[in-house]
Amino acid sequence: MSWIDNLSPTAQGVLFSIIKIICVVVGLLTMFAYAVWLERRVSAFIQDRVGPNRVGPFGLLQPVADGIKALLKEDFTPAHVRKAYFWLAPAIAVIPALLVMAVIPFGSNLGREKMVIADLNVGILYTFGIVSLGVYSIVLAGYAANSKYPFLGGIRSSAQMISYEIAMGMSVIPVFMLVGSLNLGQVIAYQAPGIFGWLVFKQPLAFVIFLVAAFAETKRTPFDLPEAEQELAGGYNVEYSSMKFALFFMGEYINVIASSAMMVTLFFGGWTLPFAGLNQPAGTIAQGLAHIGIFLAKVFVFLVVIIWVRWMWPRFRYDQLMDLGWRRFVPLALANILVTALVLWAKA
Amino acid sequence: MIVQRKELTFWERLYLPAILGGLKVTWRHFRKTFFKGQTAAKELAGGFYPETKWVVAEGYRGAPYLVRDPDGRTKCVSCQLCEFVCPPKAIRITPPGPEGSPQVGNVEKEPREFEIDMLRCIFCGYCQEVCPEEAIFLMKDYSLNGFTRQEMIYNKEKLLSLGGVHNDQIHKWKKK
Repeated sequence: MSWIDNLSPTAQGVLFSIIKIICVVVGLLTMFAYAVWLERRVSAFIQDRVGPNRVGPFGLLQPVADGIKALLKEDFTPAHVRKAYFWLAPAIAVIPALLVMAVIPFGSNLGREKMVIADLNVGILYTFGIVSLGVYSIVLAGYAANSKYPFLGGIRSSAQMISYEIAMGMSVIPVFMLVGSLNLGQVIAYQAPGIFGWLVFKQPLAFVIFLVAAFAETKRTPFDLPEAEQELAGGYNVEYSSMKFALFFMGEYINVIASSAMMVTLFFGGWTLPFAGLNQPAGTIAQGLAHIGIFLAKVFVFLVVIIWVRWMWPRFRYDQLMDLGWRRFVPLALANILVTALVLWAKA
Repeated sequence: MIVQRKELTFWERLYLPAILGGLKVTWRHFRKTFFKGQTAAKELAGGFYPETKWVVAEGYRGAPYLVRDPDGRTKCVSCQLCEFVCPPKAIRITPPGPEGSPQVGNVEKEPREFEIDMLRCIFCGYCQEVCPEEAIFLMKDYSLNGFTRQEMIYNKEKLLSLGGVHNDQIHKWKKK
């Protein structure tokens, strides 16, 4: 492997970044496929069914069958849609969801390479900037479909996402006041020493607000008003079929994975575990892989929780949703910032 | 009617009891299915669908088929009431015309062709309700399938063979 050492640092950076990007995207798409499978199985068990169990052992090849079906289905464009936006919207659904993963440290390091695609110093600002682009896909899809249910779904989602983005953004400010940096690697380093260093114990209120806002941002029950099968017959994606519909699905699930990863990073210590020396950056390849495994395991726990909650609660009414966002979580998040600031000031 | 809405207590308005209740219910069902393998399909039908067919209840309205009387005669007389009443226009009847069919003797107006497009049929049962001859009945078949649309148009022969004999007390054609 000496030819790698002979490359210039820039070329090495580009090479390793490309490798990491490919690994992350492939990993994410695999996780998306199995998140759908997991959702279907867990939902089925909760409803006294068994879910997809015929394709391969335990139905593990179901995602393959689904993918083939989505690709082979007729890609139907209704006559009454606005074509350009109709084609654009599914792409916009997926791209921001993938971009969010760029700043999340999914492991410590393998060899000399840090396991994060872009070690940005403004990681969280970047995340919020990108996440807020996601709403455009739904608004565009609702507008492009040119029929009433998708339109209602689009309107609902724009109002909902704008409201909860504020609560979400404000809920993480105390985290960064404690850490003193916007870099997600630093956030993890701050939480590494012990389990009570995890920010979920230091900032429980921030975590609760972030969790609820994440549910609203990813349009999961009990905040799935943009889709609301029973009211809007599927909402913004009613007019879509085949691969375009699958892209919306993909965007949604990758968002769920990304927000799980975000919660793990911000509040649950990222790739660290406070024992067996797993809270230090890895010295060996095996340790590096263990860190990636820990990160994935934590994300998996969050995925199960998010899937489970879907069957625990009925959907909020629209005014309750707005009330909860603006009149409960925004003031609570503000109060949390204030209290944290006062405590830090008193300590200093 | 005015429904009195109960004022929620502070504890209830925190949504926490609802979370705990939801957790309990979903966990109970998850445990039952995941660890003990008790699914609704096994308990109600004894197995899973394609292998173990669901047994429908008495009075179930499935696909409409034509029936014969105990003497093996087609009961339908091509009055076309079902064709007129059919909401999705799934039925098409070709009546024999004024000269009648030479094979069936004095039986009046057996249809030359009777087609039901099962892709259009909505199993509403209006045809059974309107039939003055009790010649068409909604039976218990609910899973009809084929590879082409043409295959899903059931003709008279197929409908009669699927429908079988209706053991009626009234033998209308006996003394004719």
